[in-house]
Amino acid sequence: MKMDTKHLTCIGCPLGCQITVAMAGGKVTSVTGNTCPRGDAYARKEVTNPTRIVTSSVRVSGSRTGAVTVSCKTRTDVPKSKIFNCVHDLVGISVPAPVKIGDVVKVNVAGTGVDMIATKNVE
Amino acid sequence: MENYDIIIIGGGPAGLAAAVSAHDAGAENILILERDNRLGGILNQCIHNGFGLHTFKEELTGPEYAQRFIDQVKERKIPYKLNTMVMDISKDKVVTAMNRTDGLFQIKAKAVILTMGCRERPRGALNIPGFRPAGIYTAGTAQRLVNIEGYMPGRRVVILGSGDIGLIMARRMTLEGAKVLVVAELMPFSGGLKRNIVQCLDDFHIPLKLSHTVIDVEGKERLTGLTIAAVDENRRPIPGTEERYDCDTLLLSCGLIPENELSRGMGVELNRITNGPKVNESLETSIPGVFAAGNVLHVHDLVDYVSEEAGAAGRAAAAYVAADGNESGRREIPIHVAGGPRYTVPCTIDPKYAGNKETVRFRVGSVMKNHFVNVYLDGERVIHRKRPVMAPGEMEEVVLTRSMFDAHPDLSDISIKVEEA
Repeated sequence: MKMDTKHLTCIGCPLGCQITVAMAGGKVTSVTGNTCPRGDAYARKEVTNPTRIVTSSVRVSGSRTGAVTVSCKTRTDVPKSKIFNCVHDLVGISVPAPVKIGDVVKVNVAGTGVDMIATKNVE
Repeated sequence: MENYDIIIIGGGPAGLAAAVSAHDAGAENILILERDNRLGGILNQCIHNGFGLHTFKEELTGPEYAQRFIDQVKERKIPYKLNTMVMDISKDKVVTAMNRTDGLFQIKAKAVILTMGCRERPRGALNIPGFRPAGIYTAGTAQRLVNIEGYMPGRRVVILGSGDIGLIMARRMTLEGAKVLVVAELMPFSGGLKRNIVQCLDDFHIPLKLSHTVIDVEGKERLTGLTIAAVDENRRPIPGTEERYDCDTLLLSCGLIPENELSRGMGVELNRITNGPKVNESLETSIPGVFAAGNVLHVHDLVDYVSEEAGAAGRAAAAYVAADGNESGRREIPIHVAGGPRYTVPCTIDPKYAGNKETVRFRVGSVMKNHFVNVYLDGERVIHRKRPVMAPGEMEEVVLTRSMFDAHPDLSDISIKVEEA
């Protein structure tokens, strides 16, 4: 079976423990270097299924207040490996004002199954 | 002259939270003055997520967090003026301001809440050697250009300083197609949150060079390159460690300074360490009836704490107005620090005016591991808390309770010490 070790910095608190995760065949066999259970949980998720909320902004047209962009985010977290795909999928998008927080800016962004939604009200 | 009970200077997160809580504490006739064209302040350009974990138990982006409070202000029909620049506040609380519809005007308040926020330390304050070409921005300016104005400031980027905005912009510029070459930090530790170092730098393989600084800037019209070098423990460049980078953009994320021109102008006493006003437990400055909260008071890491602090200032201002400014018999028991904390907010406490839970916030001057935060009232230890690690980049707090004060009716000394046991 393939053995592997990964090193990461815990984000749970300012301590920033340097955690080492040992893996075999895609499964975590040990987590060391953490000082608390939060570090263990973070490390297991981070090496098996790292995810992030992706935030960006797109053009907006016809804003009464002169706004030219509206900020947006993925409604839920997406695989970390898809971050760039999500941002690239927004290139060229322009939405007409008014926009409300939660309005869908891009359906199923980069095929992740997650919508990109507006995070700002633009009149 | 128009009269108000409470005038709030700035409609960012602190101003909004102060307005809401002052209203809910019974104050009427409140006015918020905001210089931008919308409420929400700097949160409007902080489009990344991670705001509101403490307050709303969910991860919001900056604009979403702001909107929660803007909605509360609008539900309460608290009046506000946008595009309005406050020019001066006098000692007797006459506010001179101007905008395009009212022109120059003066209004008078019974209480003023200062919530102007902070500014970034600019290039001029950093003494960076070399030429002065275009292409050098503070990180927050670049953030506004990218996220609000829709411009890219450059393509090949070096960032000096590892403050949170710099880290956030390293990721943002990368996602928008720029190449971020390196983040150089003068100090041997980062001023940013761990989470941002991992998710903004490590995720994108952007190197962070601690104990490094920019020693030369090239370019006549536009920045063409710069040199960074390692520094010794006295922060002097070490010869032989120079590295040159081809780049067109330098972002500066080298600290934030509370914006206190107005406070200084009205004679509010400032704290030399925070650059913000000295305040008592009610977040009241040296001028009675003038309160301060948020980044104008001391720079925060988390907006949740700004909102919480501003809420307390709003309630205190409402109480001041309700008591018609009567604060007779007020005491100022100073908070002394030793062993680590560089300052505290508040600076003094009068137990009579303290809440049931009085939060005292502070920062340490260097990274400290396995220490205890001890609080003493007249020499008796009332708080003994182990901290595995404390860092200048993360604000600390202790909470003094009503029962602690009640047990020390003749209190004359409050000390917060960081100790090894």
